[in-house]
Amino acid sequence: MNFVGKSIPKIDGMAIATGKPVYTEDLAPANALVVKLLRSPHAFARIRSIDVSKASKLKGIACVLTYKDVPRARFTLAGQSYPEPSPYDRLILDEIVRYVGDEVAIVAAADEETAEKAMKLIKVDYEVFEPVLDYEKAIDHRAVVHSESDLHCNFDIGMQKDRNIASSQKVEVGNVEEELQKCAVVVEETCYTKAQAHCMMETYRAFSYLDHTGRLVVVSSTQIPFHVRRQLARALNTPASRIRVIKPRIGGGFGGKQTGAVEMFAAIVTLRTGKPAKIIYDRKETFTATNSRHAMRLKVRLGADSEGFIRVVDIEGLSDTGAYGEHASTTFGVVGEKTLPLYNKTRAVRFMGNVVYTNKMPAGAFRGYGATQGTFALETAVNKLAEELNMDPAALRLKNLIKVGETTLVSEGKTLGSSTLHQCIEKGQALIGWKEKYPRQATGSSKVRGLGMAVTMQGSGIANIDTASAEIRLNDDGSYTLLIGSTDMGTGSDTILNQMAAEVLDTSVDTIIVHAADTDISPYDPGSYASSTTYVTGMAVVKAAEDLRRQIVESGARFMNAALEEVDFDGQTLSTLDGEKSISLQKIAELQVLGFGGSRQLVGYATHGSSVSPPPFIAGFAEVEVDQETGKIELVDYVAVIDCGTVINPNLAAIQAEGGLVQGIGMAMYEDVRHDAWGRMMTDSFMEYKIPTRKDIGSIKVVFEECFEPTGPFGAKSIGEVVINTPPPAIAHAVYNAVGVRVTDLPITPEKVFLKMQKPGHHR
Amino acid sequence: MQIEINLNGKKVSIKVKKNEMLADTLRAHGVYSIRKGCDTACCGLCTVWVEEKPVLSCAFLSLKAQGKSITTLEGLQEEAEAFAQHLVAEGSEQCGFCSPGFIMTVLAMKRELKNPSDEEIIHYLTGNLCRCTGYLGQLRAIKKYLGVAQHEFCR
Ligand code: FES
Ligand code: FES
Repeated sequence: MNFVGKSIPKIDGMAIATGKPVYTEDLAPANALVVKLLRSPHAFARIRSIDVSKASKLKGIACVLTYKDVPRARFTLAGQSYPEPSPYDRLILDEIVRYVGDEVAIVAAADEETAEKAMKLIKVDYEVFEPVLDYEKAIDHRAVVHSESDLHCNFDIGMQKDRNIASSQKVEVGNVEEELQKCAVVVEETCYTKAQAHCMMETYRAFSYLDHTGRLVVVSSTQIPFHVRRQLARALNTPASRIRVIKPRIGGGFGGKQTGAVEMFAAIVTLRTGKPAKIIYDRKETFTATNSRHAMRLKVRLGADSEGFIRVVDIEGLSDTGAYGEHASTTFGVVGEKTLPLYNKTRAVRFMGNVVYTNKMPAGAFRGYGATQGTFALETAVNKLAEELNMDPAALRLKNLIKVGETTLVSEGKTLGSSTLHQCIEKGQALIGWKEKYPRQATGSSKVRGLGMAVTMQGSGIANIDTASAEIRLNDDGSYTLLIGSTDMGTGSDTILNQMAAEVLDTSVDTIIVHAADTDISPYDPGSYASSTTYVTGMAVVKAAEDLRRQIVESGARFMNAALEEVDFDGQTLSTLDGEKSISLQKIAELQVLGFGGSRQLVGYATHGSSVSPPPFIAGFAEVEVDQETGKIELVDYVAVIDCGTVINPNLAAIQAEGGLVQGIGMAMYEDVRHDAWGRMMTDSFMEYKIPTRKDIGSIKVVFEECFEPTGPFGAKSIGEVVINTPPPAIAHAVYNAVGVRVTDLPITPEKVFLKMQKPGHHR
Repeated sequence: MQIEINLNGKKVSIKVKKNEMLADTLRAHGVYSIRKGCDTACCGLCTVWVEEKPVLSCAFLSLKAQGKSITTLEGLQEEAEAFAQHLVAEGSEQCGFCSPGFIMTVLAMKRELKNPSDEEIIHYLTGNLCRCTGYLGQLRAIKKYLGVAQHEFCR
């Protein structure tokens, strides 16, 4: 392998590192109107009347739009393949506002000052309703978040909107209650995870304009250009063919930008005024009026026999989707999908529960997408089970985890194609010093150190749904152009796809021009989410490159009058095996592209989807130091041993892993979205909402335990999401082992630990 | 109001409003390396130098820049590239959105601290947030750039 497995620098690395103008805001036309949004101060209200006359008359105002001025077709902002499982439950602007921050009016002005002034001149009279704020009380609440009759679901997701249930699900294989009766040990744990904020450094932003044919062009910091095009078509009642969406370099996404946010506001202004328009959310809007992780309550029951085989996994959940149902049913489903297959000695498994509407900011997609929440609950329970069984938690896992070639109750007969999870656990134990240090070590002072662990799986793309296309052309000068629609959000996916194409074509990465993503030019791709790009788009790229390679060989052989079996292509020259004749790639390109009569430009093309979503795995180990006097927790060491199949680019994979782990550490220890009694989000800045700084992380070790996934490009699986899952349960476990306090509601703060240590019955 | 500043070695005169912040003034003037990540002076993305010292340009009144020398990444391209090479070699510029402010701070640190320890580096850069990389790769890049002990990367 010349390129796969090599730490090739990112093709856009120098430009983005040295501050070149390559992001959305840098590209916006100077004369773009500034779009601002007037937001609801109430969690739940109806707009009785709204008067924009004064605001509209202000000099420099281009337009002020209210719910009376927007199309009436409900849609979803969730970036999902059509038909989207998320309910069509929102309008660009609605007469009903459903959370503090919900949009009330769109103001477009020549400059920011005028827009702000105009917003103050809009008079709104609200009929304020009692809101649904506590998601544990949402079902059958007096208040109904969505009572409109035109809410639409593309298919049955178990919605009962009169009861505030957005989705209800149940999967059961075997008889859980019966099997639990037969178990020697049963443990139960109820875990709470918070609505984590993505905090990508580039906030949501887009600009739009009409092109020379009058079509709407939207440039957006998005993970989902093709989905945004479809959303806009529906929301604006405009054919998709009249819309073009372009993704430039983007400053992070983490799933947040898998949900449309700002595009529709700029776009409607451009359509109404004919003028370019731009919208840039500030940090507060990004915190309070976009989307977050779904907060969940997950109750886990595990049953094991006396030998330590886990026979029952039962998870009952409740998820808070907030005011709108973006990704409501699917994130919840993933909780079960990425937990139930892990321990496969089971006789019965069940996952069930509800996703509810509340009057808070909608939840959406966030790296891990339900698997993160599920992993926290399941692994916390597994650690508790180990204690009940008096077994080492690593040994319990080694005994029960799925292996290559095995099936599970929920895998419909499909066997696991690749895994090194058992080796990952063993290596992680060695690296963290499990044998020497587990479970705890006194330090001599008031501080105690504890060790904890967790394992996890994710997927690689969405089986039978994600479908990506890739096109690669041989240009007239012998270089290539690779066209893809996936959305590198900093992860380096453009680079690794380039590496894969270079590998197949035996060329160097810099002879390939990579172009992504533009709905007018790129072949269809759902976008980069669900850990799909390396695995799904990657395979499309490999197939397209193989297709082109075959054409190159055929073409060259024809020009040389040689048989196909008699030629060899080394990436630059096609030669006959006897060495008599040869033709350069450049010459082939020239003859194919420029030649008269019968020639045509060579283009490789492929569309790929997978019927499986092979899981990457991680074994995560944490060592913490807890001060018994104050509850203060310090993360001393974190070890993550990762099976993502073949590592295509070790450096980029390592950074993905480190970044994801730190985001998981943030979720475990610091990040805490809080609301006041009226539903206003209090954590609306980096002062209130703490993400990890350089000081908050100890040593982190990332190690890859590679294997070959038969269905993946060069044996690769995914890396992007799985990395965030282990820190919350591993750190909770480590804290428990240090001081005997099991924190089951995230984040694990010193206050919680301290208070629990004061409880009667607490020992150690 | 008009201010005269020395921007990356060139005298320029810019019209500013009374309450305008330097980040906005400079961006409007085409200095696109400046990025903003927050509204509360917490993220460090907007870091520039005023009189060679790093400041948060989102919280620095443009009027106060009158007569001062302002340095942005545009004015340090050679040095920035030299460091960015290391960053890119580690793969630790992920989305890159935090990079300009981060690099401005690193280059200031290089002038201020001689042979800094890990702790000193981390302390100096605490105000520069990054949500993508988890900071470790950035530290590896800094150490290689400064030529202090090489960190053996574990894989
Ligand atoms: S923009 Fe965040 S500190 Fe200046
Ligand atoms: S690389 Fe994205 S925020 Fe630092």
